[in-house]
Amino acid sequence: MSLTNISVDKKPEGTIFSPELAARFDKLVTLYPMKRSALIPMLLYAQDEIGYLSDAAIAEIAHRLQLTVLDVRNVLSYYSMLRTRPAGKFNVQVCTNISCMLRGGQELFEHCERQLGIGHKQTTPDGVFSLEEVECIGACSWAPAVQVNYDFHDNLTPETLDAILAEYRSKASQ
Amino acid sequence: MPTLVSHPEEVKIVSSRFGQGAAEIDRYIELGGYQAVRQAMEQGPEWIIAQMKASNLRGRGGAGFPTGMKWSFVPKQSEKPKYVLVNGDESEPGTCKDHLIFLHDPHSVIEGTIIAGLAIGAKMGFIYLRGEYRYLLTIMEKAIADAYAKGFLGKGIFGSNFDFEVVSQTGAGAYEVGEESALMESLEGKRGIPRIKPPFPAVVGLYGGPTVINNAETIATVPHIFRMGAEAYAKVGSERNGGTRLFCVSGHAERNGVYELPMGYNLKKLIYEVAGGIRGGRQLKAVVPGGSSTPVLLASEIDIGLDFDQVGQAGSMLGSGGVVVLDETVCMVEFALRTIKFYQHESCGWCIPCREGTDWLKKTLTRFHAGAGEARDIDNIRYLAENMLGRTFCPLGDAAAMPTIAFVKKFRQEFEDHLDGRPCPYAKKPANELVGV
Ligand SMILES: Cc1cc2nc3c(=O)[nH]c(=O)nc-3n(C[C@H](O)[C@H](O)[C@H](O)COP(=O)(O)O)c2cc1C
Ligand code: SF4
Ligand code: FES
Repeated sequence: MSLTNISVDKKPEGTIFSPELAARFDKLVTLYPMKRSALIPMLLYAQDEIGYLSDAAIAEIAHRLQLTVLDVRNVLSYYSMLRTRPAGKFNVQVCTNISCMLRGGQELFEHCERQLGIGHKQTTPDGVFSLEEVECIGACSWAPAVQVNYDFHDNLTPETLDAILAEYRSKASQ
Repeated sequence: MPTLVSHPEEVKIVSSRFGQGAAEIDRYIELGGYQAVRQAMEQGPEWIIAQMKASNLRGRGGAGFPTGMKWSFVPKQSEKPKYVLVNGDESEPGTCKDHLIFLHDPHSVIEGTIIAGLAIGAKMGFIYLRGEYRYLLTIMEKAIADAYAKGFLGKGIFGSNFDFEVVSQTGAGAYEVGEESALMESLEGKRGIPRIKPPFPAVVGLYGGPTVINNAETIATVPHIFRMGAEAYAKVGSERNGGTRLFCVSGHAERNGVYELPMGYNLKKLIYEVAGGIRGGRQLKAVVPGGSSTPVLLASEIDIGLDFDQVGQAGSMLGSGGVVVLDETVCMVEFALRTIKFYQHESCGWCIPCREGTDWLKKTLTRFHAGAGEARDIDNIRYLAENMLGRTFCPLGDAAAMPTIAFVKKFRQEFEDHLDGRPCPYAKKPANELVGV
């Protein structure tokens, strides 16, 4: 992030998002009593579409909400799911919080490190997987639980997780 | 998809439509849905609030505040619009009940939101889900769209002259945003830093207007209260603790799952009968009764009724309904460390006792668990935690301190077992042994 990106809020031309997402944004800003309320959903949807929050995405969202880029960056840095760098195509999030820990969540995370050859917040060289150790994801009674992007997988063992990772890997090569 | 469990001891009210296809609006209506809201509309705000008070429903978000009383605090006249805000941020470790409500019965949340709106005179409600629950937002959004299509939301709902809009969205990963004032900040598109209270949200809340904030389970319960009758609902529970609660059993029980039981149900019975006892016939060591922020109970302390008052008398809290079961293999130092790591990670950093306190606790416990602890660390951990209590801006500081104090107080021997460079007596087992239960 260069200093010019923070301080100069150029007016972006057109949109960098798909027509569907741009239309969704147009609607989102009308739903709330205050435009700015749409900020966090917009950041998430933008990230879903382009994989991360690029400078251009941030600039366009700031412009759409009539906020400064600095203001938007200040907000996005608070939320753990928002990122300003690309992650893997499939972001494997392993919960190691208490309920999962009691059911082998930590071991599951270490298993992923070995299987994928990467650590916390790292991405495989082919860009297919990234790995994250995460806090409770609201699947405690079905622990240990893992989220791959937005999909939940629960009651896992290293073996069942391997099968799931293999499925994602084959999806990536399609 | 999370597995549903069932046990004959259960009293299924909030979970009565789970697994019944009630996410589809026609099915929800077939199962008696959207009747309560019509009745509430006929009877009017005062009647609604009187019923809510009579139901003895207490907030399911953690603090157990009486819901009817909360609604009655909202001023009748207000220049600014009033709002209903449903807290579906569900992030307290050990808690996964709102997950099931959004998945199986999203219309109960919508119907409860409208009733809350009728009670306080709001024309708009927000349903805020945690960011990780994206697939549940899709279900929620479809439910909302279906309710609009039927005329249950929008202008002149149910053919009346009452307007009501509902918007749902998710957060983007932050435990602190579950705190009600931080939640409002987040919904206004800001960082989730809590606000100074007073003024309370009932007076100055979202966009400066009076706002009722309730947990998703609280709101999903509301239509059932009107369906059953407030007195009948109250009677299901214990004194001053109306109705049932969704208890999320996790950890080392034989049959983990979310069970709906009357308030006041015995904790020991929940673990040994409903949840089938401890896996593999092992010994119970401890129970965290209401999510990670509630003080741990010893195995000898669990012959108590699960309601806000009785668990309080036992020195802990009913909290969010997350019952975490720990068997004899657990190292309590490691468990304490994992708990504090969470709070350290989630502290928003706004105030010093919480930001620095959680950090020091994490550092000390990490060193301690690794066998590099000193005897004075044990008292230091407790001293640090005790000095956070009541000195922070929002209750997250207390949520970190309270369980820590209890771990040291109740398991001092286990802390001492880690001294003098001794290896952790509960050495890690290979993954397959721990996972493959
Ligand atoms: C740090 C912190 C996190 C919280 N997280 C949640 C949450 O995820 N869900 C929730 O309903 N309440 C949560 N609460 C409690 C809310 O502040 C609020 O009391 C609650 O939503 C009120 O609803 P109720 O009266 O229906 O319980 C949290 C409180 C604190 C201090
Ligand atoms: S207690 Fe912690 S989470 Fe709450 S305001 Fe202070 S630093 Fe933030
Ligand atoms: S502790 Fe892992 S999902 Fe809740």
